[in-house]
Amino acid sequence: MITEKKQRQGAKTSPKSRAKDEKPQSGNGRVAIITGNEAAAHAARLCRVQVVAAYPITPQSAVVENLSKFVESGELKAEFVTVESEHSALAVCIAASTVGARVFTATSANGLAYMCEQIHWAAGARLPIVMCCVNRAMAAPWNVLNDQQDSMSQRDAGWIQIHCRNNQEIFDTVVQAFKIAERVHVPVMVCYDGFLLSHTVMPVCLPRQEDVDRFLPPYTPHTLLDPADPRNLNQVTLADPRVNSEGVLCHGYMELRYLHQEALVGAREAIVAVDREFDQCFGRRWGGMVWGYRDEDADVCLVAAGSLTMEASTAVDMLRAEGIAAGVVGVRAYRPFPVEELIAALKKARLAVVFDKSLSYGYEGPICADLKAALFQSEAAPAVFGCIAGLGGRDVKARQLADAVRNALKQYDNGQRTAPPAWIDCRI
Amino acid sequence: MGTRDCKHESAMATPCSGEAGITGDWRSARPVVDQSKCLAVKAGRPACFQCWAFCPEGVIKKEVGSEVDLTYCKGCGICVEVCPADAITMVPETEESA
Amino acid sequence: MCEIRWHGRGGQGAVSSAKILATAAYLAGFSGVTSAPSFGAERRGAPVTASTRLASEPIRVFSQVETPDVVVVLDDSLLKSANATAGMKPGAWLIINSRLDPGEIGLNGDFQIATADATGAAEEAGLIVQGAPMVNTPMLGAIARATGLVSLDEVRAALEEAFPAKHARRNFEAARLTYERTKC
Repeated sequence: MITEKKQRQGAKTSPKSRAKDEKPQSGNGRVAIITGNEAAAHAARLCRVQVVAAYPITPQSAVVENLSKFVESGELKAEFVTVESEHSALAVCIAASTVGARVFTATSANGLAYMCEQIHWAAGARLPIVMCCVNRAMAAPWNVLNDQQDSMSQRDAGWIQIHCRNNQEIFDTVVQAFKIAERVHVPVMVCYDGFLLSHTVMPVCLPRQEDVDRFLPPYTPHTLLDPADPRNLNQVTLADPRVNSEGVLCHGYMELRYLHQEALVGAREAIVAVDREFDQCFGRRWGGMVWGYRDEDADVCLVAAGSLTMEASTAVDMLRAEGIAAGVVGVRAYRPFPVEELIAALKKARLAVVFDKSLSYGYEGPICADLKAALFQSEAAPAVFGCIAGLGGRDVKARQLADAVRNALKQYDNGQRTAPPAWIDCRI
Repeated sequence: MGTRDCKHESAMATPCSGEAGITGDWRSARPVVDQSKCLAVKAGRPACFQCWAFCPEGVIKKEVGSEVDLTYCKGCGICVEVCPADAITMVPETEESA
Repeated sequence: MCEIRWHGRGGQGAVSSAKILATAAYLAGFSGVTSAPSFGAERRGAPVTASTRLASEPIRVFSQVETPDVVVVLDDSLLKSANATAGMKPGAWLIINSRLDPGEIGLNGDFQIATADATGAAEEAGLIVQGAPMVNTPMLGAIARATGLVSLDEVRAALEEAFPAKHARRNFEAARLTYERTKC
């Protein structure tokens, strides 16, 4: 308490006194103390989305509620389509995006699973839809709390997936996501942890509309539809290429899939470039594909995605205090997977401890498995130990992450290079 | 032989006759219209058009005395089923046309 | 970092006032503030908790508050059932909505007790919602008085961010009365 009082006094003496009706300012924006869900809704509004179709589900509901308020009040000139399910929500987004609208939706867990067929469709149709996945545990058993099983289970659908670590990053990433999606013609899933971010308020700088407009020009669809010159879209496309009625040799299914993979792999460049362009406009950047905390000289790296990286950074401070040169390597983009960035970030480390909030059942945590595969081509690969943490909302403390690192170090010192995943705070 | 020249990153086609290929060779039996029984022909003006309305392939024109476009007709036989005047019959492709 | 845990009952507004405190603290110069509900089902009348964290730099902890510097109790009947003093740091503040004096609360431990009749202040200020006095925002006055983490000016500004002007005035009047009558 004493230190806190000092802190307050420090704050008081700083030139902070404002007229009471003056809104706090940051750069050219306004700081609001808001939840992650509110940040996502404000971002969609400032991106001038034209169609929103979403179905409420905990912990995502407030995103939809806020957007419907914006539409109702006229702050957002958009078509808000109420639907009877998540499957329909994404189907509406697909149709609206196809005819050239900028569209947004959001969901969680079982809602995302219910969308599954349309998730693949949106990607295959190469539509620049932006969807927030407010990460929540999958049922059964029923659970509304946070882990990342929902979006991880959709990782192979062909979307870009970006994880956020705080509410400002949620806002900024939604804005970036439209630019990325519209540049590479791949939908983007902006993932953030349910409750931990979705329901927690923190300061978020909301930029001015004109600055967002300058960063994000109106959407130009890759295929302009014209009733006078109709097209069949995503029609039956069998195995082999075939000559169309105009005599042009057209892709078969496999060629389209190859192009889709090329787009995903190439999205890496767009994700990094858009983050840089965002920085030029707004003075904030988030690391593009991966980011680090005290990782420059780290020989033990904690690897994770989402808000868990913040707890990991606190664990790193604890470990540093006892002489362990630890650092965080945060996975921001999970798809495309940051293979080269992770190899580079872990080049000097002797040990990587990966914390997954989901599981590829029968194997191990997906980030851990992917990281091991990526490091196979590295000549300086560290040992990799995986941990499963925070499933179904189990609270994760920084000290537990630090303990897990110490345990992994012991195994490493005993000559182990890897181990089956350690379950953090599993009380079985 | 590559497909890059088609420029499309998602599957797309211009709807037209034969856009799905020469589907007429899928047929094992073909519809043959007895124009003397056709209601539109007998009335001498546009009428009925059930065969046009139900043809899933769009190979029957909405015309008095229309014939089936056998280049694309798959031989499904729906027109035979829906014709109220029994003016259409399926003839196996192995037989000579009448 | 200063960690504040709120104890209330579903419907008493612990989550809202925890958020308003975060805004007030931001205005007071804490550049890192967070506030969160306890995660899970929300039921009217059931004991609930919420949290506010304040720091001079952005907050990197999202897990539940375990060792609070300040505990705010909106309803003194919760002192028995909700284990409100769990994990309190040595010397932490326990701030209770109660007509009793701190010495009459009957709790002993390594913490400081402040009491304030927020219910009475809410009634006096006309801060009545659906027939019940609202005690959540008045307790912001007690926090300001006991801890000094925020001032009444910042409480007023945060209330004006949260409510339309008319409601903000009434909420602030109740907070001001509670501030004046806080015993610590």
